[in-house]
Amino acid sequence: MSERLLAVEDLQAWYGDAKVLHGLSFTLAAGEILALIGANGAGKSTLLCSICGQLSNKTGTIAFKGHPIHRLAAHEIVMRGIAMVPEGRRLFPSLTVEENLLLGGNANRKGPWSLASVYGLFPVLREKRQAPSTSLSGGQQQMVAIGRALMANPDLLLLDELSLGLAPIIIKDIYALLPRITGNGLSAILVEQDVARALAVAQRFVCLQEGHISLDGAPGAFSRDQISAAYFGM
Amino acid sequence: MIWVNSVVQGILVGGLYALFAAGLSLIFGVMRLVNIAHGDMIVGAAYLAWTIVHVTGLNPLASLVVVVPLAMVFGYGLQAGILNRTLGKDILPPLLVTFGLSVIIQNGLLALYTADNRKLDAGTLETASYPVMPGVDIGYLPMLQLLTAVAVIAGLQYIFYHSQLGRAFRATSDDAETAALMGLDRRRVFASAMALCLGVVAIAGVFLGVRASFDPAIGPGRLIFGFEAVIIGGLGNLWGTLAGGIILGVAQGIGAQLNPGAQVLAGHLTFLLVLALRPTGLFPRMSG
Repeated sequence: MSERLLAVEDLQAWYGDAKVLHGLSFTLAAGEILALIGANGAGKSTLLCSICGQLSNKTGTIAFKGHPIHRLAAHEIVMRGIAMVPEGRRLFPSLTVEENLLLGGNANRKGPWSLASVYGLFPVLREKRQAPSTSLSGGQQQMVAIGRALMANPDLLLLDELSLGLAPIIIKDIYALLPRITGNGLSAILVEQDVARALAVAQRFVCLQEGHISLDGAPGAFSRDQISAAYFGM
Repeated sequence: MIWVNSVVQGILVGGLYALFAAGLSLIFGVMRLVNIAHGDMIVGAAYLAWTIVHVTGLNPLASLVVVVPLAMVFGYGLQAGILNRTLGKDILPPLLVTFGLSVIIQNGLLALYTADNRKLDAGTLETASYPVMPGVDIGYLPMLQLLTAVAVIAGLQYIFYHSQLGRAFRATSDDAETAALMGLDRRRVFASAMALCLGVVAIAGVFLGVRASFDPAIGPGRLIFGFEAVIIGGLGNLWGTLAGGIILGVAQGIGAQLNPGAQVLAGHLTFLLVLALRPTGLFPRMSG
């Protein structure tokens, strides 16, 4: 648990002219699940996009497995072992379910995940494998997005707003599968609006407030009031 | 019988138009790039084949073994070195750059090869034909041209819908940002698409040069035929592009039968008619 997988140091990031992240520093241990919480606009998605390389307008350093990755492009970072489940799922509408999954395997990294094991995790996708990805329900689309990221056999999985637009019962089902997803020692950073749900599955959390880290630690180490103060800034 | 013959010959020449159009359709489908220099590239490929035939004495059709790979390397380099730099939210820069490229290719060919007509000589194959019925003969060369077009379209269709490369094309076309999260570098995906396009361009160029004489200035005319075939068939549908080429060929054949001067005009009018009645083309992309 103590081996350091990801180290972010003084990360500052901009969207156009607007500065969103004001110098973040934190680390992630191998096998750790980190919940990233914070109000809308606190910079959670910006942080994930900075790590996965989608956002290039940034300063500071991001090291993954001891190597700096902050200057790499997104397509190079996934090859190093960081896969992202983007906000809103972003499936490829021209591709079938199976083609979406196969494309996730484009990084061609070795590991436990394959079409068979993804279908084992989400049996409903096997039935829908030839269906256009847009014909699926929201929950099934989220399963495709998760499976597609797993197909890269990442060492670090970034999950952006898994529950966005899904029915509570579906969210519960997906979260129930999370231990099986991270069971192989996979680390994850989880961005989630539903703070209670995120803290329940995470070993550690980082709370962002207006681009700063306002709290960092284990969920059990703080009271509800302390967390909500860090969340809302009151 | 004369009308049947016009239609049959129109279908056969439609294969050539489909070859002109297939590369355009591919490039527009993958990267929304309208390549104004497409016709000039076809003519450039014909000159390349002419040079190879001239030096080696190969049959023009056999020269494809050399012309296709050379053209593909050129296409990859062109996309990676120049066109990728122009792609962004604004669709105007790539259009202007390919327009400039068109001018450069035409004048480059003029400087290298002069304005004299050239022709690729495929030997007896050019005149051999098979009588189907009285008054209707099918030339071996036009038949080969149509069959090649069908094979090229089928091949592109297979690559697009059943290969890893095709998945990369479609995913990048859908959403390049998310495709990057799958490890796809859109610059390389686009360069691969342009290489594939230039491979088809090379085939089209050789058939163009075998069928009739060519000079450095005829590129834009071929571009128009290609565009019309794509639009008639419907954007993004490769089989539609083949149908569009054939419709254009038949329209020209019937036009020429009515009045020898009306050949090209009849094709343009048919195109305008389709554009007016079905602006999305006859077979717009149904899936994918």
